[in-house]
Amino acid sequence: MSRRARLAMFAIAGPGLAVVMLIGMHGMPAFGHYHGVYGLLIDKIEVPERHATDLVTALNFDIRAFDTLGEEFILFASVAGVALLLRKLRHEREARRRRGIEDHSFAGASAGLQVASLYLIPLLIALGCYIVVHGALTPGGGFQGGIVLAAGPLAILLAGRYFAMKRLAPEWMLEASEAIGAAGYALIGVAGLIIAGVYLKNFLPLGTPAMLLSAGMMPINSVAVGLEVTGAFLVVWTEFLDQELFVERDGGDRA
Amino acid sequence: MTGLQLAALILVAITATAVVLTPEALRQALVLGIFGLALTLLFFTFQAPDVALSEIVVSTVGLPLIILLALRKIAEQEHARDREEDE
Amino acid sequence: MSFLPYVIAAWLLLVGLYGVVSSTNLIRTVLSLTIVQSSTYLVLLGVGYRTGGKAPIVADIPTSSKLVDPVVQVLVLTDVVIEATVTALLLALVVQAHKRFGSIRPADLRALRD
Repeated sequence: MSRRARLAMFAIAGPGLAVVMLIGMHGMPAFGHYHGVYGLLIDKIEVPERHATDLVTALNFDIRAFDTLGEEFILFASVAGVALLLRKLRHEREARRRRGIEDHSFAGASAGLQVASLYLIPLLIALGCYIVVHGALTPGGGFQGGIVLAAGPLAILLAGRYFAMKRLAPEWMLEASEAIGAAGYALIGVAGLIIAGVYLKNFLPLGTPAMLLSAGMMPINSVAVGLEVTGAFLVVWTEFLDQELFVERDGGDRA
Repeated sequence: MTGLQLAALILVAITATAVVLTPEALRQALVLGIFGLALTLLFFTFQAPDVALSEIVVSTVGLPLIILLALRKIAEQEHARDREEDE
Repeated sequence: MSFLPYVIAAWLLLVGLYGVVSSTNLIRTVLSLTIVQSSTYLVLLGVGYRTGGKAPIVADIPTSSKLVDPVVQVLVLTDVVIEATVTALLLALVVQAHKRFGSIRPADLRALRD
C-alpha cells in the first residue's frame, strides 16, 4: 500500500497503541519499588553458593546457563545467515585486485590515524582478554569481552590496511574460533552431565571468591562465549567488507 | 529517581526522535551511534555496568560500520546499473 | 515521575514504529527497528531497579548491601549483542534485495507478484 495509506493507518493505530500502553502501565510497580522475589534471593545466596562476585556473570554462566546456550546459538545462526546471504552468487565474480587497495594507501588513511590505531590494537586485545577472563569477578564476561576483543583487529582496518587485518584474522581462524566457542559451550555442559549428573552443572572446585581461578566453570564458559562472540562479529564485518570491496557482477568493468 | 537518570532518559528520548527524523540514511547511521552513547549513559545511571559495556562497543563500532558498508554497496550497485543503462 | 522510564519506553516504541511505517527506503526501516528494540531494554531495566540499590557486583561492597535486580540485566546484556547481529542479517537481506530488484524503496519490491 502506498506511503500515504500507511501513514493514515498509523495515525489511527498509533494513538490507540499509546492509550493501551498507558493504561497497562498503571499495573506496573512504580519505578524503584522492586517486588520480585527471585532477584532478592539471588542477591542473598549467590556468593555463599557460587563464590562469584559478579552476580550478572554468575547468572549468565551458571545459574541460568541454559538460557545463554540458546542465546549463543541465536548469535551463531544469524551469523551463518549473514555468511549465507552475502555469498558469491552465480552471476558474480570476485575481483582480486582493485584500483587503490594497495597495502599502504587504501582509503588514504593519514599517518596520525595509523599511529593511533597502532596503539589501539594491543590495548584492545589485552583489554578484551582481561574482560573475558575476569568475568566472574568484575563487570565483564564472555559477551562484553568478546566484542572488545573483536574491535582489536578492526583497528587495523581503521589504519587503512585491510589486507593486514585479513592476515591477523584470516577467515578460517575466525570461523574456527566461532565454532569452537559455540560447540565448546555445549560440550562443557555435556561434561557437567557426565561428571555431576546435571547438564551445565558447575562441577569444578569453586575456590575463594574474588580470586581469578574461582567460581568453578564460569571462566571457562566465559572464554567459550568470548571466542564465539569475537568470531561472530569479525565474520560479519569481514563478510560485509568482502562483499563491498571484492564482489562484483560478472561481465562488469570496474573503471 | 536521581537527576542523572532523569537527564539520561530525556537524552535518550531526544536522540531516538532525532534518529527517526533524520532525512538521509547515511546521517541516520551517525545519529544512531550517538543514540547508542545516550543508551550507554542511561544504563550506567541504572546501575547496570555489564549492559553498558556491551552496548558501548556494539552501538559505536559494530553497528554503524555494517550500515555504512551496506549503504556503500548499494550506492555502487546503483552506479553500475546506471552505467549499464547508459551503454 | 515514578512511571517515566515506562513512558519513555512507550515513546521509543511509537517513534520507532513511525519510522518503520514512514520510511522511504529499507535501510531506514532497519534502523528504526533498532529503536524499537531499545524500548524493550528500557522496560526491563526499569522493572528491575531498586531505589538506593547498587550495581550487582559484590567485589568491593559488603554482600548484604542493597542491590538492583541482576536477572533483568542478564536478559538485556545478551539481547544487546544479539540485536546487532540480527540487524546485520537484515542489512544483508537489504543488500541482496537491491541486487535482485534494483531498488530499496518498499514500493518497488513487488516482483513476487509478477
